[in-house]
Amino acid sequence: MEKIKVAVIGPGNIGSDLMYKIFRSKNLEMALMAGIVESEGIKRAASLGVPVSTEGVGAVAVRRDIKIAFDATSAAAHVKFNWPALKEARIVAIDLTPAAVGPYCVPSVNLDALQAEPNINLVTCGGQATIPIVHAVSKVAGAEYAEIVACISSKSAGPGTRANMDEFTETTSKALETVGGADRGKAIIVLNPAEPPVKMTNTILVKVKNPEVGFDRIRQSILQIVSKVEQYVPRYRLRVPPTMEGDKVTTIVQVEGQGDFLPKFSGNLDIINAAAIAAAERIAENMLKGGTA
Amino acid sequence: MTVQKISMIDTTLRDGSHALRHRFTPELAAAIAGGLDRCGVPIIELSHGDGLGGSSYTYGFSKCSEFDLLRAAAEKLKNSKLAVLLLPGIGTIEDLKKAHECGARAVRVATHVTEADVSEQHIKAAKEMGMFAVGFLMMAHMSPPQAIAEEARKMESYGADYINLADSAGYLLPEDVTARIKAVRAAVKIPIGFHAHNNLGLAVANSLAAVDAGAEYIDATLRGLGAGAGNTQIEVLTGVLQRKGIETGLNFYGLMDLAEQVVMPIMLRPQVIDNGSLMLGYAGVYSSFLLHVYAAAEKYELEPRDILVELGKRKMVGGQEDMIIDVAYQLKNNP
Repeated sequence: MEKIKVAVIGPGNIGSDLMYKIFRSKNLEMALMAGIVESEGIKRAASLGVPVSTEGVGAVAVRRDIKIAFDATSAAAHVKFNWPALKEARIVAIDLTPAAVGPYCVPSVNLDALQAEPNINLVTCGGQATIPIVHAVSKVAGAEYAEIVACISSKSAGPGTRANMDEFTETTSKALETVGGADRGKAIIVLNPAEPPVKMTNTILVKVKNPEVGFDRIRQSILQIVSKVEQYVPRYRLRVPPTMEGDKVTTIVQVEGQGDFLPKFSGNLDIINAAAIAAAERIAENMLKGGTA
Repeated sequence: MTVQKISMIDTTLRDGSHALRHRFTPELAAAIAGGLDRCGVPIIELSHGDGLGGSSYTYGFSKCSEFDLLRAAAEKLKNSKLAVLLLPGIGTIEDLKKAHECGARAVRVATHVTEADVSEQHIKAAKEMGMFAVGFLMMAHMSPPQAIAEEARKMESYGADYINLADSAGYLLPEDVTARIKAVRAAVKIPIGFHAHNNLGLAVANSLAAVDAGAEYIDATLRGLGAGAGNTQIEVLTGVLQRKGIETGLNFYGLMDLAEQVVMPIMLRPQVIDNGSLMLGYAGVYSSFLLHVYAAAEKYELEPRDILVELGKRKMVGGQEDMIIDVAYQLKNNP
């Protein structure tokens, strides 16, 4: 079957894990791994038979056959170098950095509306895990306020996350509102150093506007979206099923990774990558159907 | 020989906020902060118990905005420095800027004892604002002395003015405190402070152990008001240090009166070591979990002790109050 050629920019942990997920994809082909130095990630990709370059986004932009590029570098690099070059080359950008040049995408919630966008942003790992639940609640009962607590193992929090905790809380809070549909969002992140490492666990608390729609409808809506997320994040599951007290709905979800490149406990890294792949697959599908490839 | 001097940080308006379920009002903040200022307390900490931005379902909503409380307290201060607590992951630099506008001149940036590197951005931002910045390591019982020293060194490198070790679970024995303070002292050039909880009845003893090991800053609260069994009682420690011949510069009687006349009447429960608090200390659980554990125990018809022991086993850290529900649910459904 015909596939859409894609590139990964940034051969770090995230980029390498994306590569393994692309290998499994039915309509994406790993056409290039681009970095800026001769790194472990570049060597790994090369040893797996993937074309590599240390010319960064420049190497991507000159490849007329590449239609989609995943950016797993940094917000600064995305804004300064990668996005301008990709835009110029008319390559769709799937942005895993916090740059958020394009709209936030949470596949189970709003991918349908975003499949024609030239640049989409994947929010944060915590956002990918919690926004679907907030959306499921707000859709049927309205959401005056949504609060999430994301707990990840210390080992799965890379230097980028650690050096910029505010970026996580601020970006996730904003997306709880714009994508989740809450009037006000609040995100909290906690790092837990326990050994063996804890799996990513997220608590979602929503204050609903219309509790009279009844818990049954809210619960059904949550269960539906959980199975929708499970389609692209196989180990996404309800840890504590929804409960409702007054106008407060509480749900706890846990995410275990698929162990492609990153260890299984880093469900946080897995879910943002899985969401990126889900988005790219849909865009690729449209390209294949529409013949724009 | 020069007289040993200790600077006391009063955290009645921050750690004490837990015990009042975050119901402080501007009037109370003004009365307590004003009183502490008159008693010569050099630093007064005020914010939600879980730090700036802590007002939430998970940690409890504040009755009044912490910024209003800060403004009310700041107005009453002549000599004391107003401080806030900030936990990266909960509060942000934006929150800190607002607190600064409301009169906060110091910040204690708190991380779990193994996670000092998440404080870099916040400590540096505080220093840029000209604030006094403290590196605050929580749950100090969960890491050995040498490892804590490494984390302290990181905070020193970000520009912290002193390092505060917090026995957030009230778990440490005096000799454990001594070992930790000494290890950090040997690793950094900046002063060391200590924050105790009285869950095992050791808050004053542990504070003394810290002083003897070279700590120069000690946290305390009026009447011991604080999470779990509360903190080191400031009027008691002041008396004890006077007996020991250590200079605090505090008005002993003034603090006693403030505790009895202003704080005691507003307390929701006596600050004693009840069974739940004792279990916090025994099992090594973050003290502010206590009241949330009582609520979950009631909801799921469980024994609070069982929830606390399980939380300790799972090595939950500060800020993971949300996991109390998880533990209660799992105990109930998958015992």
